[in-house]
Amino acid sequence: MESVTSPAITELRKTPLNALHRRLGAKMVNFDGWDMPVEYPSSGGLIAEHKAVRNSVGVFDVSHMGDIRIRAGHKPGGAVAAVQHLSMNDASLLAIGQAHYSAMLYPGGTFVDDVIVHRLGEEDYLLVINAGTREKDIRWVRENTKNFDCVVEDLSDAYTQLAIQGPRAVDVAQKLTDANLRAVKNYWFTHGAVCGLKNILVARTGYTGEDGFEIYVPSDRLTSEEVWTKVMEAGREFAIVPCGLGARNTLRLEAKMALYGHEISDKINVWEAGLGRYCKMEKGDFVGRTALERAQAAGLTRTLAGLEMIDRGIARDDYRVYSEAGEAVGVITSGSPSPTLGKNIALAYVPPALAAVGTTLYVEIRTQKCRAQVVPTPFYKRPKKAAEPQTAKTV
Amino acid sequence: MAYPKEYRYTKEHEWIDLKGNVATVGITDYAQHELGDVVFVELPKVGYKTITGKSFGTVESVKAVSEIYSPVAGEVMEANTALQNTPEKINTDPHGGAWLVKIRIANPAEITGLMDAAAYEAYIADKGKEASA
Repeated sequence: MESVTSPAITELRKTPLNALHRRLGAKMVNFDGWDMPVEYPSSGGLIAEHKAVRNSVGVFDVSHMGDIRIRAGHKPGGAVAAVQHLSMNDASLLAIGQAHYSAMLYPGGTFVDDVIVHRLGEEDYLLVINAGTREKDIRWVRENTKNFDCVVEDLSDAYTQLAIQGPRAVDVAQKLTDANLRAVKNYWFTHGAVCGLKNILVARTGYTGEDGFEIYVPSDRLTSEEVWTKVMEAGREFAIVPCGLGARNTLRLEAKMALYGHEISDKINVWEAGLGRYCKMEKGDFVGRTALERAQAAGLTRTLAGLEMIDRGIARDDYRVYSEAGEAVGVITSGSPSPTLGKNIALAYVPPALAAVGTTLYVEIRTQKCRAQVVPTPFYKRPKKAAEPQTAKTV
Repeated sequence: MAYPKEYRYTKEHEWIDLKGNVATVGITDYAQHELGDVVFVELPKVGYKTITGKSFGTVESVKAVSEIYSPVAGEVMEANTALQNTPEKINTDPHGGAWLVKIRIANPAEITGLMDAAAYEAYIADKGKEASA
């Protein structure tokens, strides 16, 4: 057997909770240059963590994510203009207290990164970006906002970011704050006292396909560990568990949420990735728009399809995909067993003609071509929120 | 979990229990722990000729694929096909019920170069230190 953990490299970056993860006995991996927990045997491991999030609640340290704040310069209008130029969604539609999914694009219409844009104030935006693309993103934002009257701040190291995720996340998070979290809608946020800390950003966002909150607390180690401990205490009655990047990946894959370097990259455009609903072509010019217009007119040559394995075998990242005729037609971008569905699922770029639900495709797994089928996505959709409990009626 | 004294161990974390010229082969507790929840096993057919140091199958967890390297040359007499439906047994009983294959080995002297339990435990203790450095 080959060892699955890479040897420790001393230059790996660490979140303020690194020591705590190690005390908990987490298995650590190098994720994009960060020393991060992949799973916690003390939580029962990846599958148990995944199920905790689907059925109750789990907590993730996602402090490796980066944060860029863009504020107005001397005159009003500069911040919104800069964000509109950088990001494909329409930031002018955001109310203060609202967030949305978006992406920063290269002039070719491919991805610099995907981002969550939060509108903190009239002229004040917070972009949450990926860990592996932090430096590149910050350079990109600085370069491409030079001609705008705005102030760009890299706040990536200022926050410890915790994601409390799952159907009971609201119950856990509500115990920690005076803000009324039940009134915060999906992809909205609020500020409130959290664990005695003032003015903490609490957003109803996440990367699991489940309800949940992400909280941004000061990044000193003591505060970070204290908040983590309080989250665990608040969640005890709901059997909360610490969750690692392993479960984060299977959860987001089931929900068909893109991962940079997999479903989206500098080689893949917005239409191919199926993210057109977050791209507002009518809002005016932005970086990548011209190329996207051209790509739209030219039509798709590949599209992201969801696969379910029919034969025994697990499709993994970078495995080749073949048509029934035996022609190599695409590549798996993400593939894994799905703990929720009990099936082996994958995402792959294939020609549109082979992306129809029900199409048979073959995935090359080591030396064998294993049968798979195109299925509807997302693979998993969370059940609609149950109606507020009504006055009990006897039947 | 204890490492049986009568077994021999490889650097790639397989164990071998040699009885006469039949070697039962599995993966160690250390290996299953490194992998995490095992969800898939691919084993060779009866009659498959194993080559020392060459892969004869795979064990997969949710996040990783691990090749299983044959510690000895020989012929597969039996594969533990029950594991295909209960791969999680590799996590719970790696040194016993979750054996992978029984190999009739060509040269029983081949296992003399492998580690005994004490040497293997020292080997993985060293790896543990490396990982937490």
